[in-house]
Amino acid sequence: MAETHVQTVPVKRMDEPISSPWRDALRILRKNKMAIIGFCIILFFVLLAILAPVITPYEYDKGELVDKNLPPSAEHWFGTDYNGRDVFTRVIYGAQISLRVGLFAVIGSVVAGTFLGLLAGYYGRWIDTLISRLFDIMLAFPSILLAIAIVAILGPSLENALLAIAIVNVPTYGRLVRSRVLSLKEEEYVMAAKAIGSKHSHIIIQHILPNSLAPIIVTGTLGIATAIIEAAALGFLGLGAQPPQPEWGLMLSDSRQYIQKAPWTVIFPGLSIMLTVLGFNLIGDGLRDALDPRMKN
Amino acid sequence: MKKKVLTAAMTSLLALSMALAGCSSSQPAQQPTDQGQAQQTPPATEPAKNGPKQLIIGRGADTKTLDPIRETDGETFKVTENIYETLVSYEDTNTTVIPGLAESWEISEDGLTYTFKLRQGVKFHDGNDFNAEAVKFNFDRWMDKSNKYHNPEGFPYYTDMFGGYKGDPDHVIKEVKVVDSHTVQFILNRTQAPFLANLGMSPFAIASPKAIEGGKLGDEPVGTGPFKFAGWKRNDIITLEKNPDYWNKEYPKLDKVIFKVIPENTARLTALTSGEIDLMDGLNPDDAEAVKENKDLQLIMRPSMNVGYLAFNTEKKPFDNPKVRQAISHAINKPEMVKAFYSGLGEPATNPMPPSLWGYNDQIKDREYNLDEAKKLLAEAGFPNGFKVQFLAMPVPRPYIPDGKKMAEAIQQNLQKIGIQAEIVTMEWATYLEKTRQGEYEMCLLGWTGDNGDPDNFLYTLLDKNTINGNNIPRYSNEEVHQILLKAQSATDQKERETLYKKAQELIFNDAPLVPIAHSTPPIAAKAGVTGYQPHPKGSESVEKVDIQ
Amino acid sequence: MALLAYTVRRLLMLIPVLLGMSLIVFAIIHAIPGDPALTILGEKASPQALADLREQLGLNNPWYTQYFHYLANLLKGDLGVSLHSKAPITVEMGPYLAATFELTLVSMLFAVFIGVNAGIISAWKQNSWFDYICMLIALIGVSMPVFWLGLMEQWVFAQELKWLPSIGRDNPRDPVAEITHFYIIDTILAGRWDHFRDVVEHLILPGVALGTIPMAIIARITRSSMLEVMRSDYIRTARAKGLGQFFVVYKHALKNALIPVLTIVGVQVGLLIGGAVLTETIFGWPGVGRYIYTAIGNRDYPVIQSGILIIATIFVLINLVVDLLYAYVDPRIKYR
Repeated sequence: MAETHVQTVPVKRMDEPISSPWRDALRILRKNKMAIIGFCIILFFVLLAILAPVITPYEYDKGELVDKNLPPSAEHWFGTDYNGRDVFTRVIYGAQISLRVGLFAVIGSVVAGTFLGLLAGYYGRWIDTLISRLFDIMLAFPSILLAIAIVAILGPSLENALLAIAIVNVPTYGRLVRSRVLSLKEEEYVMAAKAIGSKHSHIIIQHILPNSLAPIIVTGTLGIATAIIEAAALGFLGLGAQPPQPEWGLMLSDSRQYIQKAPWTVIFPGLSIMLTVLGFNLIGDGLRDALDPRMKN
Repeated sequence: MKKKVLTAAMTSLLALSMALAGCSSSQPAQQPTDQGQAQQTPPATEPAKNGPKQLIIGRGADTKTLDPIRETDGETFKVTENIYETLVSYEDTNTTVIPGLAESWEISEDGLTYTFKLRQGVKFHDGNDFNAEAVKFNFDRWMDKSNKYHNPEGFPYYTDMFGGYKGDPDHVIKEVKVVDSHTVQFILNRTQAPFLANLGMSPFAIASPKAIEGGKLGDEPVGTGPFKFAGWKRNDIITLEKNPDYWNKEYPKLDKVIFKVIPENTARLTALTSGEIDLMDGLNPDDAEAVKENKDLQLIMRPSMNVGYLAFNTEKKPFDNPKVRQAISHAINKPEMVKAFYSGLGEPATNPMPPSLWGYNDQIKDREYNLDEAKKLLAEAGFPNGFKVQFLAMPVPRPYIPDGKKMAEAIQQNLQKIGIQAEIVTMEWATYLEKTRQGEYEMCLLGWTGDNGDPDNFLYTLLDKNTINGNNIPRYSNEEVHQILLKAQSATDQKERETLYKKAQELIFNDAPLVPIAHSTPPIAAKAGVTGYQPHPKGSESVEKVDIQ
Repeated sequence: MALLAYTVRRLLMLIPVLLGMSLIVFAIIHAIPGDPALTILGEKASPQALADLREQLGLNNPWYTQYFHYLANLLKGDLGVSLHSKAPITVEMGPYLAATFELTLVSMLFAVFIGVNAGIISAWKQNSWFDYICMLIALIGVSMPVFWLGLMEQWVFAQELKWLPSIGRDNPRDPVAEITHFYIIDTILAGRWDHFRDVVEHLILPGVALGTIPMAIIARITRSSMLEVMRSDYIRTARAKGLGQFFVVYKHALKNALIPVLTIVGVQVGLLIGGAVLTETIFGWPGVGRYIYTAIGNRDYPVIQSGILIIATIFVLINLVVDLLYAYVDPRIKYR
């Protein structure tokens, strides 16, 4: 589960004494009870996802029809679904999918957004106009609708849903980086670097990127929450993950008709979405308070 | 037990959160009774005990127009069949022709003159008499492009079934003659075997000439049927009321029929389980199980009028050898397929036409699933070690094959057992259709849904050599079959046609240009109290016999 | 004057955005793999029908000709014809838009009423039990997947308790007569109070589901901006003057705290209209989100194009109105 390891990176990085503002932030963060709770929730889901094959003796895509829609029991903690598959197993394998989609969609958006934002902010002129207008136009569509449209073109699959979510959120990070670059460009040390003839790439990597990191991390953490909900929504509409993938949104729409007979098949995947999203929201809020008090409303 | 606790817990949790949100209902939270299913009287949506009998039918899409000549889609006919009637009709479960608005008919020796005796005392909903003049008026409207009441966009079903419009070289009907007020005569240009069957199709419904002249038939339909039009809210509901003057005094049983549009299949099922509608079509096959287990609901099957098949490109090696095709046909476990991929809502197919059609040859015994036999045949054909083949799998669900890719995987596994390595290829639907029609494939999955319940619509359409590059996907060309199908097209004697089609099915079965896999039966769900509902294979039917408790 | 100039400038800036949007939406139909005509008509298509549809869709022209043709039609207010129902989209869209607006407005009223009040009281009684519970609910609300909440509501209140209907806008056994397509207004105009009750009952579950996230967001924002305002000098002065707590909070503090709330409300209304597709799907609500979603299933590309374009346009216009209101309410804003 290489990808789930990556999951913990942004938080782990706090431990390393990069610079004193980061250490300060960590101190503030440690005192934030809500952020700690959020962190625990996510850690819990990450562990579940990584250890899924160890935790559960069942497979997420195999079940016996005779066992269909069994209520929760010692054998099946969350009961079984309409195909006799263990819901708990599906939920924890689903954690793998959701965490992966959330993380990679955000990484995709951040990379593309940062690149475009730097381009626009640093070079300005027509590049700026072009990119900024593109962002304006993309932000003019409600994001879920744009994602639906993109998937309608690409065809429904988990990968395409991930791609669509990544594309839709590019402007958020692009704008953020651009405005950051614009304000930093006027800072003395950047001007100085320019004056002594530093290369553009050097200025960007040495001065501008590190200083844009804080807001990106904050927005990105909250963005994972959004991406997870969006992926589940696409799955629910049949435009994301395809059966028998244990994606939470898809599980909801597949089990929907059994809600009266087997409510556990609908309750647990939904609760999992809510908890994961809650976890990322809590961490994001905490990070915002710690790293970038100005962003607070 | 667990479930009851869970239900109660969730219920109170949600009730609590709604109360906190400040919008809870003032009623006290009632704990669900046994089973966790609160059987309380639903809100005032239930009809009063002795009030009018209403049936609400939930469906996926709205009717486009209530003038049946202007559309070809099923949603339109679901409604119009209750308002209008046709000269002849079909039996409840199959496509055998029975009297409709015409009580009886005579066919001349040469098959060119049909004389219909019309039912007496039938009135249109607007009070006008139904008579021979009305029949002629309707047919003139349909067949003559210059008729001022003709549909400007044409009448697609008319040209399909009767060979074009008046003046076209292949047009079947020469003239409609009024003999007396209740006798009408059709003079044909050429004999047409399915002529009577065609007359029974939903689009050839007789409308009130007065209403046609009024020009608003599409919005305010007037026919002779068991129900009359009462109101239409676009994309939502169409309301029909009992026709008290209906000629068959036994029917209709209901006072009101309402067609309600709910596009999502699952939302429609939710509406049915919570009592907001009484009957629904377009049930997901996966949900059929849930309906069967719910004691408040019943599952009703529509007899099949389709076929899903595995086709071979008979022009390409090794499929030009019938033995290879027969071998593969032995290697496919049809009953298992039906169980796995149709949720049991279908039947294994033997012939390329469904058993609900007359002329179906039930004497043919299907090749059973037998891998040894398959291997033997394959060896006889010169492939003792099998071969490699490309296998196209449909990318989209169709009524006749709900999941092409999964079914292809199952077939792939079976073929492996007799040494055939099939590589599954899939592509986007439009390209798929193009390639299979052009013969750019080796083996593929496809199917067909019937139009008028005539065997010709299956056997000729799918397997005559004239339809190669069209719907003859296997590119099957057998001169004997071709001659039989042509003869059956022009014969007028029903018995003779039956014999011919049965013979054709035999020849086709021996050649095995395709392996018919299944005829699917679309499931319909209804409240337990709905009685007398008999879905027709053609896809729509009048609900005059339906009653509700 | 400055405000007027600002308004005009903002309106002018809309033009390139709208043009870009139309281009993106137009690109959708061109991005479909394969022959759109065959995709749409399927296996029963005759060659003639295929050729006709290609002609109808203008697929034989170069793309820029098609785009300008499409744009010209748009400017004339012609959104094209639905391939599925063959009705003009402009006509079909009306009732759907009304349904979506009605649902959105109701859920927004719910969100604002509950959210603002909960936020104020939480700020007023900071660190009380009420505050904690409200903020916990708000936290959960922000993280709530709408579609799950909708399913749960439907299960408990419609299927198990049978208090409220599970789908649609009115009772199919006794439908509302449409006048404006806004059923609340229609029933009042017709004086049918039984229908009015029906309509309100149908609005509750989807309205609450759709309104929960904005409610939670509004409650949080109101609370934090109230806290800020209440710390400010003039509120302290007002309190010192002996004005009642309640009066101070609701009159003075609220007035100043409402500005950020207003912005959020505007953003949320736009998001709700787009996000309504999920709620509408679950509750069988005949709105524009579901219209587009069904069109995707039917491969009804003109409807997908026009539907998305209309929603995006409304979204942009609402954002503009909010920005203008913001400028009007808060004179300190710079007219950028």
